[in-house]
Amino acid sequence: MDSRSAILSKIRATRKMEGDDAARRATVAERLARPVSGIIPARGQIGPEERIALFLDMIGKAGATHERLPQIADVPSAAARYLRERNLPAHLRKGADPRLAAAGWETEPALALLAGASDGQDLAAISHAECAIAETGTLMLLSGPDNPVTLTFLPEHHLVVIPADAVHGDMERALARLRAIHGKGEMPRTVNFVSGPSRSADIEQTILLGAHGPRALHVLVVG
Amino acid sequence: MQITTPAFRENSVRALNDPQLQKALGNVEKGFVAKRAAAKAALPEFEALRDQARAIKTHTLAHLDLYLEAYEAKVKTAGGHVHWAESAEEARRIILDICRKAKARTVTKGKSMITEEINLNDYLAENGIEPVETDLGEYIIQLRQEHPSHIIAPAIHLNKEQVEEDFRRVHTHLPETRDLSEPVALLSEARAVLRERYFAADVGITGANFLIAETGSSVIVTNEGNGDLTQTLGKVHVVVASIEKVVPTLEDCAGILRLLARSATGQDMSVYTTFSTGPRRAEDPDGPGEYHVVLIDNGRTAMLGSEFEEMLRCIRCGACMNHCPVYHAVGGHAYGSVYPGPMGAVLTPSLNGIRIAGHLPNASTFCGRCESVCPMKIPLPKMMRHWREREFEKHLAPAASRYGLGIWAFFARRPTLYRLASRLGIRLLALLGGEKRRLSRLPLAGGWTDHRDLPAPEGESFVAAFNRSRGA
Amino acid sequence: MTMNESRNPEGPRIGLFATCLVDLFRPSVGFSAVKLLEEAGCRVEVPMAQTCCGQPAYNSGDRADARDLARQVITVFEGFDYVVAPSGSCAAMLKVHYPELFEGDAVWKKRAEAFAEKVFELVSFLVDIRKLERVSARLDGSVTYHDSCSGLRELGIAAQPRALLGSVEGLALKEMKDSDVCCGFGGTFCVKYSDISNAIVSKKMANIDASGADLLLAGDMGCLMNMAGKLKREGSSVAVRHVAEVLAGMTEQPPIAGTTPKGGR
Repeated sequence: MDSRSAILSKIRATRKMEGDDAARRATVAERLARPVSGIIPARGQIGPEERIALFLDMIGKAGATHERLPQIADVPSAAARYLRERNLPAHLRKGADPRLAAAGWETEPALALLAGASDGQDLAAISHAECAIAETGTLMLLSGPDNPVTLTFLPEHHLVVIPADAVHGDMERALARLRAIHGKGEMPRTVNFVSGPSRSADIEQTILLGAHGPRALHVLVVG
Repeated sequence: MQITTPAFRENSVRALNDPQLQKALGNVEKGFVAKRAAAKAALPEFEALRDQARAIKTHTLAHLDLYLEAYEAKVKTAGGHVHWAESAEEARRIILDICRKAKARTVTKGKSMITEEINLNDYLAENGIEPVETDLGEYIIQLRQEHPSHIIAPAIHLNKEQVEEDFRRVHTHLPETRDLSEPVALLSEARAVLRERYFAADVGITGANFLIAETGSSVIVTNEGNGDLTQTLGKVHVVVASIEKVVPTLEDCAGILRLLARSATGQDMSVYTTFSTGPRRAEDPDGPGEYHVVLIDNGRTAMLGSEFEEMLRCIRCGACMNHCPVYHAVGGHAYGSVYPGPMGAVLTPSLNGIRIAGHLPNASTFCGRCESVCPMKIPLPKMMRHWREREFEKHLAPAASRYGLGIWAFFARRPTLYRLASRLGIRLLALLGGEKRRLSRLPLAGGWTDHRDLPAPEGESFVAAFNRSRGA
Repeated sequence: MTMNESRNPEGPRIGLFATCLVDLFRPSVGFSAVKLLEEAGCRVEVPMAQTCCGQPAYNSGDRADARDLARQVITVFEGFDYVVAPSGSCAAMLKVHYPELFEGDAVWKKRAEAFAEKVFELVSFLVDIRKLERVSARLDGSVTYHDSCSGLRELGIAAQPRALLGSVEGLALKEMKDSDVCCGFGGTFCVKYSDISNAIVSKKMANIDASGADLLLAGDMGCLMNMAGKLKREGSSVAVRHVAEVLAGMTEQPPIAGTTPKGGR
């Protein structure tokens, strides 16, 4: 018997008390076909502006910085200013996200935009999050050509754009959004839930930012 | 790793007399406990979420075969490969095979307890493939040729001076005059060294906190982002996971995620929670070209249907050891096994046998603090007691303790004899105690009187005295 | 004493399960329990046929002996309205673990479950069942209270002793740090792993000292003997008593360790 069959049959031998096979299969099929949300903390079940405030408060406590911009067209100048204020070179890695592409980068001619995945040499990158979760102060980013996953982990500074109306109260709404984009049961290569800049507490439990990923996470809330 | 569990007693005495270790262990007691308490206090639904999480895992285990099949089908649809391993040895061979096919010379690794369990690093190294741990704590202990002393904080037994010493010893390409006195300098150095290793690695190996049957995804939870770099920059991503990691749906995963970080580090959510499904897509500019999952049994199926089945709900948050007075006293290495603390005291006998691991379920005061903080409500003391029962049945308990217990039970089952014998006993002890009413040395009770006095009895039985006073 | 069984003829009939440590080492706790229960309107009996709850056997993996003792305790005590023990750990054994012991034995499981309904730890019984809000005792001094593990985590005892201690005239409660952390006793653990037990009780000593209290209280003789033994060995002046002694105002007997604070009665 191959190992797969051996493991599965060992499990089945102990699961006899759980009812007949057809009933068990039906239970599992139903649960997988129609996922049910469990307890959703009341914390995130608040109005839109309060949600944004909660989201920023939570992610801020984790060490991220943020600013609020009236519209997507304000992103290029905010990004250029961010780099300037930190004496960083005017280089920014960016994927093919159409929402970011339409931001009007020509208003910042001094800012060099680099396309595609990061090779580890970038000091700064910008991504567009799919949505955010106020409950835990979390951004949800989806991998792909629009927002390459390396941009989330390699640069020292990660700027993330999030539309104000995409700040949800809870993780379940983010999962619903995921299903709406990719279809039920389908996923991009990675879904990245990011709740702050990279950190480690492995040396004497001292919390330090910038372990392997970005030392700084800057959130741009648009709208 | 070399299992030294039979020497638990000697290991613990050494740990108790190691001032460096005792200082480091203070960080467990100070940090984790207060942070978890604050996170729990800030979430009124916490207790209800524990009940829900228990129900999710109980349901999953009841249908484990079917969820594993569903999970496997989804991984395949996404272009991934699923391998099944009954034993640690089989798992190691499968992983080596994947590495060889990828012509790997080095592999990077995200933090994973299951690869410790199957002793993967030594095996890869013996076969000419260099494993590089990338979690800061894991990296440090790899330099020291040690094993994790804690399941989420592997280097918690070390102080920064020790880390500095190791970095100076190993990173000889860096100037000797550099200042490494602060933790941040140590972190920056590790970051720079490991950056190169990520890009040089052919294969990235991670564990999984969850496997999601609905989508065929594996989930890793980290704060450093090392797991993500490991699994993104290698040509091949290998996920190593034991079979009980599966949960049915995204929502089930979300429900348990609300407990994981809060129970572990007191964060509402860890910095990076990543759901990975299959290899990079045709249009993706980054990500691994191959995605493999190695599903490992290694003793889990034997726990199903036994009194230890509930242990398979464990999500490896470390809350049990963070709150364990015995762990606080001796640290993780004293346990001499892959998994320390209360969860290790239940799991190690399952993995290595009660003959080898007999000390672990015995070395507990049954204070119950572990169970009270376990996000999955695993009755850890109850299962430790079950191991003691197995041991007792097999006559593995030390003769002296069996003998003493037998005599005591003989009298306790015979109330009249008990009254007579105990009356003599307490009078004797009361006399021995003298005016100071204490006994500082007592034959056969060295375990007690080595460290403390025995308060002497008042000299009379309460039951007898009460009934006499009432004229019964 | 002039007490007799006709006291509180209308009150519930209590079987006092003294516990072996109170019976053999500290009868004062038993008499304090009787006083408190009678003041709370109960009729108290102390069956002669009681020995031990079986915990040492149960926690050593000896289920057969534990079951024999459980049958003995149930048989002796199941006729009472309530069974009360001045110990969280023994009460939890009777209340929580007896039904577990008879898993697979339908007749005895049912009996154990019915029995478990009647079992209470002394202080929580006074507060939760007898609705006692205050006691008439007086103690001039400061005390610190250690939460014994079984009582705290298996029976939820934390607020009840503090509420009653708050009503003791002259008493100041000085909470120690980590009062809910184990003292390192753990039954046979403290003998089998005495070095680890010593490390744990040493931390407890430091917390007791830092509280600045004159008197250490707890609701379990096992923990009290462990902590008292350590305090004595270290030559500490902190006195040690079972919480029932203070609540009953019965502090004539010298404490388990240390000396009585002045003004006790």
